[in-house]
Amino acid sequence: MRTYWLRVGAAVLVLVAVALVINVAAHGSFLQSGNVVRVLRQITYNFIMGVGETFVIITAGIDLSIGSLISLTGVVMALFANATGLHGFPLIVATLFVGLVVGGAAGFVNAVPVVKLNLPPFITTLAMMQIALGLSYILSGGQPVPVQSTDFQHTGYGSFPGTNIPVPVIWMVVVLVISSVLLMRTRFGRYVFAIGGNEEAARLAGISVGRVKTAVYVISGMCAGTVGFLYMSLFSSGSPQTATGNEMLNAIAAVVVGGTSLMGGRGAIIGTFFGALLIGFLDNAMNLLQINSYLQWVVLGVVILLAVVLEELRKRYFRRA
Amino acid sequence: MRGIGKTFPGVRALDDVSLDLQAGEVHALVGENGAGKSTLMKILAGALTADAGEIAIDGKTVTIDSPRTAENLGIGMIYQEFNLVPALNAVDNIVLGNEPTNRVLLDERAARKRAEAAFAKLGITLPLTVETSRLSVAQQQMIEITKVLSRSARIIVMDEPTAALTDREITKLFEVIRTLKAGGAGLVYISHRLEELPDIADRVTVLRDGRVIETRAAKDFPADEIIRAMVGRRLESHFPELPPVAPDAPAVLTVRDLQRPPAVNGVSFQVRRGEIVGLAGLVGAGRTEIVRAIAGADVPKNGTIEVQDRVMHIRSPRDGIAGGFAFITEDRKAQGLVLGMTVRENVTLAHLQQFVQRDQLIDRRKEEETTREYIKQLDIRTPSSEQLVRNLSGGNQQKVVLAKWLLGNAKVFLFDEPTRGIDVGAKAEIYNLMIQLASGGAGIVMVSSELPEVLGMAHRILVIRGGKIVQEFDRAQATPDAVIAAATGAAA
Repeated sequence: MRTYWLRVGAAVLVLVAVALVINVAAHGSFLQSGNVVRVLRQITYNFIMGVGETFVIITAGIDLSIGSLISLTGVVMALFANATGLHGFPLIVATLFVGLVVGGAAGFVNAVPVVKLNLPPFITTLAMMQIALGLSYILSGGQPVPVQSTDFQHTGYGSFPGTNIPVPVIWMVVVLVISSVLLMRTRFGRYVFAIGGNEEAARLAGISVGRVKTAVYVISGMCAGTVGFLYMSLFSSGSPQTATGNEMLNAIAAVVVGGTSLMGGRGAIIGTFFGALLIGFLDNAMNLLQINSYLQWVVLGVVILLAVVLEELRKRYFRRA
Repeated sequence: MRGIGKTFPGVRALDDVSLDLQAGEVHALVGENGAGKSTLMKILAGALTADAGEIAIDGKTVTIDSPRTAENLGIGMIYQEFNLVPALNAVDNIVLGNEPTNRVLLDERAARKRAEAAFAKLGITLPLTVETSRLSVAQQQMIEITKVLSRSARIIVMDEPTAALTDREITKLFEVIRTLKAGGAGLVYISHRLEELPDIADRVTVLRDGRVIETRAAKDFPADEIIRAMVGRRLESHFPELPPVAPDAPAVLTVRDLQRPPAVNGVSFQVRRGEIVGLAGLVGAGRTEIVRAIAGADVPKNGTIEVQDRVMHIRSPRDGIAGGFAFITEDRKAQGLVLGMTVRENVTLAHLQQFVQRDQLIDRRKEEETTREYIKQLDIRTPSSEQLVRNLSGGNQQKVVLAKWLLGNAKVFLFDEPTRGIDVGAKAEIYNLMIQLASGGAGIVMVSSELPEVLGMAHRILVIRGGKIVQEFDRAQATPDAVIAAATGAAA
């Protein structure tokens, strides 16, 4: 536990240092409160997707379907919201519920072949990525589905009433707290780590490995459903083109930059938050500095590589010491 | 091989071992599990390097620093686990790594011709174009032998070649071996089946505790004398005194007709309150598979398991734990521990429900307290409960596994090789702990490949061969010779 907080502290120091350097380069425009809030709002989507992916990756799995699931859940929720006669708060809750169920069900389908037949999740979630994308086009007829109700104005954009905290940031904080507690403080979370660390030892210790693994894919699908809801609220429509293909890769990048091991058994939600924040900082900074957007991709790729290489070197250094 | 020595951390595996092999000879190498046979052969094959001694071939001293060098020197190994690619056919496996080509493409006809010639030389016929994985073990072995020979091996080591073969296949194998002899090859033949040695071996060398005990012509070396040489005289004084089982102690575990072919073929036995039952036998006899099936690690095909007269339906390790079993596996790193987790997390893993608060969160303070108690009770050498298990020594890791299972108040403890790879001090502590558990009313099943351990630590010994109990000994009757004889089938 002490090492956990030490590492959180170190990550904060690194991020502050990066922010200060960027701020100097951007002549002070980076650390203006409006800009910082903008960065936080922008990373919300990536972070929430990364949360589900963190659970999956700690069990030594992977979920490639989350990008497509954002589109699919968005389209389904828009269709649902237009078809139902509900208004106001019940409409919001019911729509979100539908998104979570669709995302969770897709996650369940992802998990079944992984659990029952021991198939690699890379393949089953790759298949789901195609299926969900195809379904979202079929259901929407290839066009964005506009949401007729105006009740979603306050669930995905704007600021929390009476403050200037963007609504998405509230969502992010809620997800951060709930998922951190789930992963770090509950039996389920402990089992997630145990399965990623040594699946056979976990099984022999009486853990229902299949159930826990199923749950992480369901969680990942539900996180995608949450992001689908936020985008649908933001754009007032559900579109099959919400996810362009990079979202899933960015989420995995945030997880990995945040120190979660793709080999399983190690990781933290807060790490994924810092990973998303670092990527968000750089994105924003390069826009402020008017760096050519093609070059931005190169820089991001280099940063991801650098982060994992540094983490590996750190581990080796400490192992020897 | 002259004066070969090899030391692993804490173990002297080979001590001044010399072995010679003539052309056209079959030299059998026998010894108990852990006597040093495999280590010696791995040195010959270049998989390990010796600390001392030298190897000479045709009178010339050679340095074997890698498997490749060994192969170039004409040394071929046939391990129990074959080195075949299961998805390739016989021809492809034989030419693998050395494929004939016509400049660019593989020349399949040449490959086939080469393989056919190699098989013909040994008088072997088998399907050439079927995936290796679909052939029988015996056929795969023939491919392996042919493959080794096609690389012009003159020194051939076979590790337990008959372990998985039927009688007819063994006859065939012996014919091939005789062909090899006639062709001038020298064979080192490792086997536990002492009864076959007079048929096939010219000389027999017995290894024990990393030393050569005796080398003799096979025809002058009867099985009982080989056994005596294998077992030797041993000290048994480092085992604590076993308290007797109460005469009226009820059974805690009753196993009836347990079956899980091919490894477990109808096993029935009882363990009484306070009793330690030892399962003896050779590697591959089915001992581990028996305890795995009892614990729910594998699902048995047939048979009933009763704990304190209640029939258990065990389909998973989870059921096994609920039924009152604690299963301490033989391979603690692969099966017993999550190495990247802390001592605390490993100790509580199997019984985490004991530490869940009413709000569903884990009570970490209680976890730490409990872990500290076990660290003290079992004398686990670790800086704290937060140390990663990866960083502990073997003996201390084993104690963490024990702590994990002590937490559950199990009625039956299944120990599979409980002291493998740990030092003498920790061994004694584990023996004492087993006695404490037995005195506390638990029943214990102990699988061990160390004969002195079985003889010294069990009230009763069941000898397993071919997945069945072939003989039962009371502590008083059991002698090393008798147990080995039963385990190797040399008793007849």
